Amino acid sequence: MDIKIYRYNPETDAKPSMRHYSLADDFTGPMLLDALIALKEQDPTLSFRRSCGEGVCGSDGMNINGRNGLACITPLKDLKRPIVLRPLPGMPVIRDLIVDLTVFYDQYKTVKPWLTNNEPKPETERLQTPAEREKLDGLIECVLCACCSTACPSFWWNPDRFLGPAALLQSWRFLADSRDLATGERLDDLEDPYRLFRCHSIMNCTDVCPKNLNPTKAIGLIKQMLIKRSL
Amino acid sequence: MNIARRKFDCLVIGAGGGGLRAALQLAESDAHVAVVSKVFPTRSHTVAAQGGMNAALGNVTPDNWHWHMYDTIKGSDYLGDQDAIEYMCRAASRLVVELEHYGVPFSRMDDGHIYQRPFGGQSQNFGGEQVARTCAAADRTGHAILHSLYQQNIRARTHFFDEYFVIDLILDNEGNALGALALEIETGEPLLIEAKTTLLATGGAGRMFRTSTNAMINTGDGIAMALRAGVPIQDMEFFQFHPTGIAGVGVLISEGVRGEGGYLVNGEGERFMERYAPNAKDLASRDVVSRAIAIEIREGKGCGPDKDHVLLKVDHLGAAPIMKRLPGIRDLSMRFANVDPIKKPIPVYPTAHYTMGGVPTNRYGQVVTPIKHAPEEAIQGLYAVGECACVSVHGANRLGGNSLLDIVVFGRAAGNHIVEYLKEHRYHKSIPDELIEKPLARLHRWDKSGAGESVDEIRKELQKTMEENCGVFRTQEVLDEGVVKVKVLESRLNDAVITDHSKVFNTARIEALELENLMDVSLATVIGASARHESRGAHSRLDYPDRDDVSWLKHTLYFKEGYQLDYKPVRMKPLSVDSFPPKERVY
Repeated sequence: MDIKIYRYNPETDAKPSMRHYSLADDFTGPMLLDALIALKEQDPTLSFRRSCGEGVCGSDGMNINGRNGLACITPLKDLKRPIVLRPLPGMPVIRDLIVDLTVFYDQYKTVKPWLTNNEPKPETERLQTPAEREKLDGLIECVLCACCSTACPSFWWNPDRFLGPAALLQSWRFLADSRDLATGERLDDLEDPYRLFRCHSIMNCTDVCPKNLNPTKAIGLIKQMLIKRSL
Repeated sequence: MNIARRKFDCLVIGAGGGGLRAALQLAESDAHVAVVSKVFPTRSHTVAAQGGMNAALGNVTPDNWHWHMYDTIKGSDYLGDQDAIEYMCRAASRLVVELEHYGVPFSRMDDGHIYQRPFGGQSQNFGGEQVARTCAAADRTGHAILHSLYQQNIRARTHFFDEYFVIDLILDNEGNALGALALEIETGEPLLIEAKTTLLATGGAGRMFRTSTNAMINTGDGIAMALRAGVPIQDMEFFQFHPTGIAGVGVLISEGVRGEGGYLVNGEGERFMERYAPNAKDLASRDVVSRAIAIEIREGKGCGPDKDHVLLKVDHLGAAPIMKRLPGIRDLSMRFANVDPIKKPIPVYPTAHYTMGGVPTNRYGQVVTPIKHAPEEAIQGLYAVGECACVSVHGANRLGGNSLLDIVVFGRAAGNHIVEYLKEHRYHKSIPDELIEKPLARLHRWDKSGAGESVDEIRKELQKTMEENCGVFRTQEVLDEGVVKVKVLESRLNDAVITDHSKVFNTARIEALELENLMDVSLATVIGASARHESRGAHSRLDYPDRDDVSWLKHTLYFKEGYQLDYKPVRMKPLSVDSFPPKERVY
């Protein structure tokens, strides 16, 4: 099995290059991360992030045959050969498949991703009906892997001004939460030509999300909420 | 020495639930707190906790904290410290409510209260009917809690050092904790963090074993740091094997599956847990269920062509409850076992899961050690919480749902104690250069080039050895062989080399440092196991099948220096209620 991997070490390489690797044809994986770990035994300089190995920590986002995904939950058998691995697009490369996600995390922090409710705290839990709670399904599963935002052309062009699908999904996660009382401020913060409205519904985010979430839909719902407010 | 230095009131090492809960307490008390983590905080392993967090809210069935306390002590096979257990169980309800206020998206009952599911080892009235005590956010409770705690820390403006690997603690000659030397992974530059207090919250060491539910980052870093600082570590021979890892893969299938009504069957289609635990059946505690599975397979009653696993059946529950309550489990099962649990049972096998032992602490999170006069004297300025600590609320066997509780309760308690400590200790003690030499040497040891074995080779052999020589069933012969083998691996590691000596994001070097940590922790585990001549909780000896309270109702302490063991008494006296004396443990 042939695998081509983007390699770049700023200490030794003037520019990035694609290096060819191969694994025995009977290598079973089952996942792409298993192949990467086997390749790192061959070539310990090959660098990538990884941790949980089951798609919940979000460490091993990368571009796999032209499409962003998590290596640990991408079955090898489904991948066209040769497998081509690149770092997540549009982000500065630190080394090999490891990118600098500072901008991505900063945009996440911009949406004030925490529950805001300044009413006195009750002695028990705040009540929420199962129907209200269900509105958070499809939002709270986000693992911050950055596959969506780094697949988004609007984010590539304006990563500092457009929040990107991951941050906007989180914004909607709190707007949609019956316990959160900061709706007005959250919407105020989004009423801007770039932060929200640079989304042109290209839907790359939804297409690549390894957790099958739908940021495009969340962004649409925020836009609807803003429009309703302005009427 | 020309090393960058930063100063904080408190250095928190590790950004899982324990570290983040402590950091939040500190940041909200206006302490200057830094959280150092080798991964971005939401990648910490708390994120993988599935089933939930125990608290006697009584939303589903009658419940109270005292029953929870009894269950935890019984689950611990009476090795848990009863003062700490009472403290944890009393605090549980309030802290779940607090997490809800922080934004954790718990699943809900029709009346709007937090949904609770039954879990193993839970009872009403001190051993009676099953209770539903585990507060759940579907089957992604750890993810929900970790993200909410991280979000609250952003709000509280906690200072984060993401992707910094701590090399070693720095203690002065009087034994006071002064901070730590860290490595910025991205640049390869060392950073000295001076801190009036240091909290270890580095998680467990499940990567000692070949097949493990644990993330690759779970290499016992904080436990090994404590060992190298001369602190003995406690009860490492008690390592939990979770009954239901996906067979051959190790991916965790939550106990919540059995809580929701799933059950285990053997190769003969028999629901065998009825024989091992007539009352609790599949919801007996984890050590009991794991042993039962291992016995069935050993007796030739496993499933599949090699009869090497059993099946976890959930299809009888119907599609709707599985989609609603166990969506993550269904996803993992389809991905890693090629089985849709709505249609077919999941192949499972007991899998290395949780480190009950760790850095000994009291219920304030202070690290305690026999310094001069007593077995439990506090080291000034050093704290530990969560899986890397041993407070000990889990004793010889942790109950499912008690680990998320443990990290929140003792993270908060340690934060509170640190706030008080800082009032009395207002100034940093200076760190003389000679105290940095040893940690720096540990880092530079891997600059060595030339011939030598690879880190990968030794790690694989260590994990295989631990699995074969320190697994679910243990005997003197097998354990003694394990001790010899791991000591040989330890000396081989001294001569190992890495071939990548670059500075920028050198993961080969991090893996080498992690293997050193795993090695120390493995030695503690197998040496402690070899010495303990009884069966208690997760430590199951074929040659000593019974619990022996006369000789062994005591905590093990392991010292790195000379591989020495010592013992100290279990704290049997709770804070306010009567002690639960040891009795026969049946489920």
